Amino acid sequence: MGIAVQNVNKTFGDFKALDDVTLDVPDGSLTALLGPSGSGKSTLLRLIAGLEEADSGTVLLNGEDVTHVSVQDRGIGFVFQHYAAFKHMTVRDNIAFGLTIRKTPKDQIRARVKELIRLVQLNGMAHRYPSQLSGGQRQRMALARALAAQPNLLLLDEPFGALDAKVRKELREWLRNLHEEVPVTTIFVTHDQEEAMDVAQQIVVMNQGKIEQVGEPKELYENPKTEFVMGFVGEVNRLGDALIRPHDLDLSLTPIEGGEEANVERVSHLGFEVRVELSLANGDHAWAQVTRKEDEELQLTEGVSVYARPSRARKFQGAEAQGDDGASAEELQVA
Amino acid sequence: MAGTATAPRLPRQAAFRPRLGSALLSRGIVVTWLSVIVLIPIVALTLKAFSTGPIEFWDAVSSPQAVEAFRTTVLLSLIVTAINCVMGTAIAWVLVRDEFPGKGLLNATIDLPFALPTIVAGLTLIALYGNDSPFGIDIVRTPVAVVMALLFVTLPFVVRSVQPTLIELDKDMEEAAASLGAGNLTIFRRIIVPNLRPAILSGAALAFARAIGEFGSIVLLAGNVKIASVYIFAKIDSGDPEGAAAISVVLLLISVGILLLMGRFAKRGLPI
Repeated sequence: MGIAVQNVNKTFGDFKALDDVTLDVPDGSLTALLGPSGSGKSTLLRLIAGLEEADSGTVLLNGEDVTHVSVQDRGIGFVFQHYAAFKHMTVRDNIAFGLTIRKTPKDQIRARVKELIRLVQLNGMAHRYPSQLSGGQRQRMALARALAAQPNLLLLDEPFGALDAKVRKELREWLRNLHEEVPVTTIFVTHDQEEAMDVAQQIVVMNQGKIEQVGEPKELYENPKTEFVMGFVGEVNRLGDALIRPHDLDLSLTPIEGGEEANVERVSHLGFEVRVELSLANGDHAWAQVTRKEDEELQLTEGVSVYARPSRARKFQGAEAQGDDGASAEELQVA
Repeated sequence: MAGTATAPRLPRQAAFRPRLGSALLSRGIVVTWLSVIVLIPIVALTLKAFSTGPIEFWDAVSSPQAVEAFRTTVLLSLIVTAINCVMGTAIAWVLVRDEFPGKGLLNATIDLPFALPTIVAGLTLIALYGNDSPFGIDIVRTPVAVVMALLFVTLPFVVRSVQPTLIELDKDMEEAAASLGAGNLTIFRRIIVPNLRPAILSGAALAFARAIGEFGSIVLLAGNVKIASVYIFAKIDSGDPEGAAAISVVLLLISVGILLLMGRFAKRGLPI
């Protein structure tokens, strides 16, 4: 179901969590709300769910005004960071909860639970309690529970935040596949840009209660509209008033046109990627990301002099002062 | 990713074991302490109860007055325990979940029944609800008065047992239930109560044990209501310490039985 959030404001005491937020989420999409903590992303998700009420503004689900409709009646599935498993119920009863309280016939519940247990790969664990499951299993159970009553909308609040890196990666892939299998409109909150880029079709970047930019992962990376977005979705160097991605900084041992002389301070080998930390003549620090092959050719070591030249850079004007409307981005093609 | 990718994490694994010497030492201290404080007195009491022989023991505990005292005491204690389960949980709920002026003061008054000598509680109840009641209610010498006195002295148990559990209760669980369509009543019944049940029952067990042995607050207002502890006092007073000991032993057995039963009920249907 399509979601429209219009001019929504929300404050907690003195803290402005959402500042005049307007957002459209197309039907059937997989969207990430991405931002640092305190950016308002979780508040926005909870507001769409009906777990928080807006101070002003409107929330539409499928064109219908649900601003004052309770969470119970919005037909959503919600997944929490810390699983929110019903500790006193077995996996089976957890998943069946939404159906049981709707007084669904027993044989239908049994069939649906069986189907979901297979979908979330918890076969043979129906009679376990949440305390007997691993974190990843608990979160998959929570997902099955949220999907059981066939919600129109699946909302996930930092769903992988409490899991270790390996399980997080597995679940990411699994969520993407699930969305293909069960194409329900899905929004998930994350502070991890890699996770957002990896899973989502559309990313909403938030900062200080406002939406900075909405776009596809590639679009955000290639054409960030604000300095904040550029810095949040990837690594950046600042050289003067230009922002440069570390992989857009070319290094050469001989002087090149437009290159600045720099001193290699440190070289870190991180497998495929090699990080070269530089100190420039004017005292600025930057780092370049080069491949192993490039590193072998250049034979970089500490104390060597190199010439650094950005192949691509961006300048933002008034991004901090004016917010997203007033900001203008300019791409500089140096090479 | 297979479902068996991660082994189930089993709770309560002993990760840390103290060295044998210190384990023996601490166990020794505990056993000695419990012996001196609890076990030796109870054994002495039991020996005293049987000192005149098993037949006399049986006569003492099966006399019509004794049986009536047991029945009334257990019945009233169960009523008090049941009321405590409901009201204690309600009070704990208000103290944890609501914000209102004077909350700190109310929280502090919960423990007052522990601080007040119980006989003072009994006297106060007589003054309020006896012959000279300012409210015109005279319930002294009835089971109702006994129940009120017992409610007074057992008030803190369920409240203090439920409070920390309620504070720790994962609010996400309630939101999750709401997002699945559960209304407030369903959330309370299906999510909150089951999670509080062990705490409620452990508070209830303490309240019951306290009620069944309570003497100070009811000795003055029991009147003709036959209460076991008052009956024991009468036995001692009339020079029958063996009979008093015999009644006490049965009272202890009843308590232990009901506490074990409640313990099993508290654990039933729960993980771990």
